[in-house]
Amino acid sequence: MHPAFSVIFLTTLSGVGQGLFLALVTAQSYAAVGFIELHNPSAFFGIGSLIALLFLGAGLFASFFHLGHPERAWRSIARWRTSWLSREVIVLPLFMGVVFIYGVLHYFGWDPNVLGVSNPLQGQLSLLVGLVGTVICFALFVCTAMIYACIKFLQEWHTPLTVANYTLLGTASGFTLATAYAAIQAPHLTTLYAIWAVIITLAALVTRVWSLLRNRRIQYKSSLRTAVGISHSNIVQKSQGFMAGSFNTREFFHGAPRQVFLAIKWTFLVLVFPVPLLLLAAGMASSRAANVRGSRRSYRRDFATIGLSLFVMATETHRKKIWDLYGQVPAYMLFNGLFGHSQLHQAQPRTILHT
Amino acid sequence: MTQLALVIDLNVCVGCHACVTSCKQWNTSGPAGYMSDDNPYDKDPTGTFFNRVQTFEVGDYPNTETVHFPKSCLHCEDPPCVPVCPTGASYKRESDGIVLVDYDKCIGCKYCSWACPYGMREIDEHQKVMKKCTLCVDRIYDTSLPEAERKPACVMACPTNARLFGDVHDPESEVSLAIRERGGYPLMPEWGTKPANHYLPRRKTRITIHEDELIRADNPLKKERKQAPHTIEGPTLDDSTMW
Ligand code: SF4
Ligand code: SF4
Repeated sequence: MHPAFSVIFLTTLSGVGQGLFLALVTAQSYAAVGFIELHNPSAFFGIGSLIALLFLGAGLFASFFHLGHPERAWRSIARWRTSWLSREVIVLPLFMGVVFIYGVLHYFGWDPNVLGVSNPLQGQLSLLVGLVGTVICFALFVCTAMIYACIKFLQEWHTPLTVANYTLLGTASGFTLATAYAAIQAPHLTTLYAIWAVIITLAALVTRVWSLLRNRRIQYKSSLRTAVGISHSNIVQKSQGFMAGSFNTREFFHGAPRQVFLAIKWTFLVLVFPVPLLLLAAGMASSRAANVRGSRRSYRRDFATIGLSLFVMATETHRKKIWDLYGQVPAYMLFNGLFGHSQLHQAQPRTILHT
Repeated sequence: MTQLALVIDLNVCVGCHACVTSCKQWNTSGPAGYMSDDNPYDKDPTGTFFNRVQTFEVGDYPNTETVHFPKSCLHCEDPPCVPVCPTGASYKRESDGIVLVDYDKCIGCKYCSWACPYGMREIDEHQKVMKKCTLCVDRIYDTSLPEAERKPACVMACPTNARLFGDVHDPESEVSLAIRERGGYPLMPEWGTKPANHYLPRRKTRITIHEDELIRADNPLKKERKQAPHTIEGPTLDDSTMW
């Protein structure tokens, strides 16, 4: 696939916003049962929600750029019964609305005790909204991932692992951002978020490696023989029926040499997993040292810097990951004889020669 | 239910691209607007087409065969491109099974092109909407055309008559007969999309000719009372059929 940068920005940015929101709700539910204490919840949650909203809004904004007719975008809610894309278009603004309400409730302290239970926070209205938002948030991850996973012909994508990857990578980058945010706003939450970020990143590593292994051994259902309906072991394409490329060669082939493509895969694996983990560990160590020294200030600054650089890296690699996903040349396009001469090297390793 | 479709005879297609050009000519001049091109008369020409002819070479040298393979939207009976469309711009007509795109609703998200396993959808780079074969829906019902011309432009243009057009659900139609009697097959049947278009395979046509069918061994020139040169030993075909 030719990576559409607007789509990549959409998924990356909204993944961050979703993950950050989940991190906020996590802190609130911990506080509700008394695991942690919050000193200034209204500002922490209010500003946190605003940041999440900004990311979601930026993602939504980016998504318009890949449409041929953005002015008709409203039409895309029509087919929610059948189309995951349509569902995503509905769920994303819905989620933004809930995040907005959640932030407003916190910021202005409108938090009546609706359940009538006393707890460390004033009330549960915002908590309830947060829980509803969590459900919608996961629904949004599922919608985004199913856009890719539901295409059964793209066997590399047609697996529950796609959903797991999207969810875990989005959540991991959101929790990393939350770590940096907490270092500035609520330092005592930093370690909590850092630990969660590590756990989720590790989980994402597992599903990612799993899907890479799965894709390596994939058995394609189609072959050049079924695509042209001629059973002979030696079919060679002589002409694509056009001279200088078509929509298909532009859309389905990224045009990057195979080496670049492989390099992206490996930088992704290195950057998104071990490096952030090391940095997080370094951050936690420095925070412990700072605690010993009692210099909260430098600790905060250290952690905020580490957290932010981490976050930048996490989103960057998340972006690469999606690039990687796009980098898959759909096998059926190869079988359909849609490859330019520059793409022949991509076609050869498993697909054309082994049909 | 009617399901209009093309049946393409690979045995007689000579890869002349007449269907490609006549398709383009008809559909770029229609009420739905032009099909845009870039650099049409220059280096690297590219553009929007509904129909393209690919060429394959099958077999090991020296026993190779060249197969020309015209391809357009197959008007699947269970089209995977339709349910994914978020706007409903892509739809399949109940009445005749043609899969169409409503250019006024399409937002150009290209999602349907990922979902078509045959690679048959192309975005118009200038109108920014998805396009594909319409089976000349603006021709086949046009009563101002003579009855014999109410066929897709590609079918009209094919000089070898490699393209048949009709209702594949009507068991007595020309296309159904061709599929039934000449081994018509769909593409990539493994996905269950049930393409309506079918292809007729290459056939080996051999006739057996005996030498004495070429040389009239006995006397074809009997009338003139002349004897033909007799080169064959033993009884010949004429011995049993002529007296
Ligand atoms: S060939 Fe492709 S575009 Fe045409 S109906 Fe089938 S899936 Fe849709
Ligand atoms: S490109 Fe147009 S026809 Fe295709 S899925 Fe998007 S809106 Fe539907």
